[in-house]
Parts: sequence; C-alpha cells; structure tokens
Amino acid sequence: MSDLSELYQQVILDHNKKPRNYKKIEPADREQEGYNPLCGDQITLYLKMNGDVIEDIGFEGSGCAISKASASMMTTVIKGKTKEEAEVLFSEFHRMVKGELDPETDPHHLGRMTILAGVREFPARVKCASLSWHTLHAALEGHRETTSTE
Amino acid sequence: MQVAFEPEARVGKADFDVERIRQDFPILKQEVNGHPLIYLDNAATTQKPQIVLDAIARYYQEQNANVHRGVHYLSQLATREYEEARFKIQRFINAAESHEIIFTRGATESINLVANSYGRKFIGEGDEIIVSTLEHHSNIVPWQLLCEQTGAKLRVIPINDAGELLIDEFAQMLNARVKMVAVVHLSNALGTLNPVKRIIELAHSREIPVLLDGAQAVPHLKVDVRDLDCDFYALSGHKMYGPTGIGVLYGKSELLNAMPPFMGGGDMIASVTFEKTTYNALPAKFEAGTPHIEGSIGLGVAVDYLNSIGLERIGAYEHELLEYATEIIGAIPGIKLVGTAHEKASVLSFTLDNIHPHDIGTILDDQGIAIRAGHHCAQPVMKRFGIPATARASLAFYNTKEEIDTLAEGIRKAIEVFS
Repeated sequence: MSDLSELYQQVILDHNKKPRNYKKIEPADREQEGYNPLCGDQITLYLKMNGDVIEDIGFEGSGCAISKASASMMTTVIKGKTKEEAEVLFSEFHRMVKGELDPETDPHHLGRMTILAGVREFPARVKCASLSWHTLHAALEGHRETTSTE
Repeated sequence: MQVAFEPEARVGKADFDVERIRQDFPILKQEVNGHPLIYLDNAATTQKPQIVLDAIARYYQEQNANVHRGVHYLSQLATREYEEARFKIQRFINAAESHEIIFTRGATESINLVANSYGRKFIGEGDEIIVSTLEHHSNIVPWQLLCEQTGAKLRVIPINDAGELLIDEFAQMLNARVKMVAVVHLSNALGTLNPVKRIIELAHSREIPVLLDGAQAVPHLKVDVRDLDCDFYALSGHKMYGPTGIGVLYGKSELLNAMPPFMGGGDMIASVTFEKTTYNALPAKFEAGTPHIEGSIGLGVAVDYLNSIGLERIGAYEHELLEYATEIIGAIPGIKLVGTAHEKASVLSFTLDNIHPHDIGTILDDQGIAIRAGHHCAQPVMKRFGIPATARASLAFYNTKEEIDTLAEGIRKAIEVFS
C-alpha cells in the first residue's frame, strides 16, 4: 500500500464525507475554537460534562479531509471518557502522528484512531490531524481564547 | 547566455524553446515521489537559473568583502558588483536614478519601509489609506500598524465576482483625507492584473501618492516605473528567479529625500556624535547595516537572465500557457475557477467540489506536482469569495503544456480518490 492510500483510507474518507457528531451542543459546558493559521482550518468543539466525564461532544468547522476525519473519529472515541483518559489519548495521538509512538509496537489506548498513523509520513499534514485534539486539550484545560496549532 | 535577446522577434511558440530554457534550471531535473518534478508554485517562489547560483558562489569564492568601507581590493570589487546590481535593476524597471533603487529584504520590507518612514511623517490622525481587497497580507498589515499608531483609517477598494477592482468605487473613495493608495499590481491569489495606470492617474489628480506591490508582476510583464508614474514600487528577488532575502523599494527621489530613515545603523549615516547624527544621502540612508551583498548580485544576474529572454516573450508564452491551463483545468467536472478577471497573468486558482485544497495538494504532491493550497496570505480575498482556501497553480516560463496535462490528470486522480 502506498503512503497516499494509507493516508486516504476508506474509513478516513467516510468520516470526511459523513462526519460523526457534527453538531452544536446547546448549552455546552465547554466551547472551544481551534484554528490553524497556516492553512485556515477552523473548528469549534462543544463539550457536555458530567463531573469529570465527557458526556457528549460535538464539532463544527471547515477543513481538509484529514482534519475533518480526525475530529470526527476523535468525538467517537472520546465520548464517555474522563478528562484524565482524554488527556492520555491526546498525548498518545500527538506522539503517534509525529512518529514518536509506533502503534504497532508501543502500548497505547488509541483503538481505531491508529488508522490516522499514516499522517506521520506527511509532515505538512500533521497539524491537520492534530487540530481537533489540540482544541480538545484546550477545552479541557478551560482556555477561553482560540487555540492555535502554532 | 544560452538564449539570444531578440526584441524584434515575432512572439510565438516557434521561437520560444522551453526545453532549452529548462536546461538552465538544475532543480527542474529532479524527481519527486518517483515522478519528474512539476513545479507550479511560482507565485510562492521561483526556481533559480544556474547563472544566478554561479554568481552567488563566485561572490563568496572570489569577491567577498564588506561594501562601502574598505580601501582594499576586495572591498572595492564587492562594492562595484553590489552597485552594478543596483544599476541593472534601475534599467530593468526604468527608474530615473540609481539612487531610487533601495535594497531591502523583500517586497514586505519595502512596504514596511514606506509605511513606517513616509507614513509616520506624512500620515496622521483622521487621514485615510486606501488598499484593495486583493492585497497580500504584506500590503495590509503594515498599514494597519500605521493606522493603530497614528489614528489614520484604512479603506478598501471592493472587487467584483471575477476578482477585478471596482474602479468607479475607487474614484468615489478619493478625497482630501486620503494620503496614500497602496495596491497590488498583479494579485498573487487570483492572478488579476490591476489597471494600475488608471489608478495612479486618479490618485495623482488629487496629488495622492501611489505604492504598487509588484512582487508578482515583475517576473511576468515589463514594468516601467516612469511610464506608470508610480511613487513607490516594491519587488522581491526570489519571485523573479533571484535569491531569497533580497528585494527592492523603488521610490521617486523627491519622496525618498523627504522621508526620515527607517532603520538606523552603519552605512546610513554621514556623521555620528552623541549629540547629533546626520544621515547619508540616498540610497545609503535606507540601507543600514551590511547589506545582502550576494543577494543583490544574484538578483542583478537574474535581471540579466530575464533580459536575455525578454519580458515580452516571457509574457506572451506564459499568457498562452495560462489560456491553455484555464481551458484544460476549467473543463474538469466539479472545478470552479476562482479569479476570472479579463486581464490576468500566471495564476490559476481553483476549488473542487467536496475536496479541500489541502487534500488536492497532497494528492498532487504524490505525483511530483507542486502547487499551493491555502489562503495565499490573502485571507480577505478568500472571505470575499466565501471560501477558506483555494488550490493554486502558478506558472513560470519554464512550465510546459505537457505539465498542465499532467496536472489535469492529477486532479482527476484526486477526484477518483474522493469518489
């Protein structure tokens, strides 16, 4: 399989076409803007919290297939997780797309998110994949300002 | 030089030997991702001909010394080469005096120089600065900074759906408060060639100075600053087959003389005491510190190279190529061309139904094709068209119709991946 077909796998294309949890949550406990100033990709993330548990999550925005699919897949994985679990996933995902964590050999909790591992072969696209995760991280930390991938 | 300069030659495909020209650019010989490189990102930066690369190497091998300082042989040699480059650029854009050519780091610094130096002296609270919707961020932000500092107001010339400036609206915007009109000559995002002569006439009828951002225009068409009668003209070396880190500000002598220095340092002074410093004459007044000597020399050689082919021939060939690309790419189902001005050069910006420009860019890169995907540092243009980004193929005279055909195939492949 070439690098390109690993990047644009059917699952990713499907999430791009039909993003899951593409919705606004009103009222949301956390609402966080994410922005990639280099390319203009933009995301708004909504969280409904039950104590430390992410009870519901939704997103809206515009971006490439990688950023949209990554956001969509993230929402499916993150729903029902605690804040602490989400932070572990954020760190693991970040390390995976930067090529610091090999999902084949290193322990992780990423499940089907590993399908995005192909991004590590495309340095220009790493920020596309990680925008939603940076935004989640900022939302959980309670930042108010727009999160940037820079 | 490999190509003879024939100003009287009939322009046409027959006498434009693109394969021979491609031999002058060593980088074009390489493969990317297993495919021959197809470089269509020329509005971001152009590739360099071998003679420019040789000039830079020769400078460091045989001529390196600081300029305007030494009595010794090498310093005089370096100074002569550096100043010769200034003459070359003066002749290239037909400036009246060589001291009207100020070396900067690029078009961005050139515009910042005018905004800071001219702006802080001659533009104040309540005054207005006019830019256009088509501007690159480099011709927006320096003026916004000036507005913040002075209380002046930024006004924007609107465009139509084709990406053309609305000149009648511009004429209406002119009034006694307007102290500067700063517009792009050739739009980097859409390829629109603006009617700059008309803009200058209108502004000058009210004695308003005009700055043209010529970073994109200079490599594609013959620019004559005296014929245009612009007051300032900014250009970038790396977008005209020269090195990065070197650019030019052209300014009319009387304006440059009336302006205070932009940066202070060595070379820009006549004498310094702790009580008072007097400034050097033009152009040194605006060239503080040791300049980008090899960059200037390299740019001078790039100008020689462009002259050897002739801007008229370059423009004619590129026009033919752009028309071909517009037809071939425009015919692909789902393609929407962004920027369809009547007067255009070099740039083909487009979007594709349901495929984001970044994904197009990655899929094309996999086939060795380099394009730009994004907002092109012109976010207000994107906002005008209600899109976050475009894919942009920008042409140079070393590109070929066969490369355009391969681009079209690449776009079809992207459509296939996403189908």
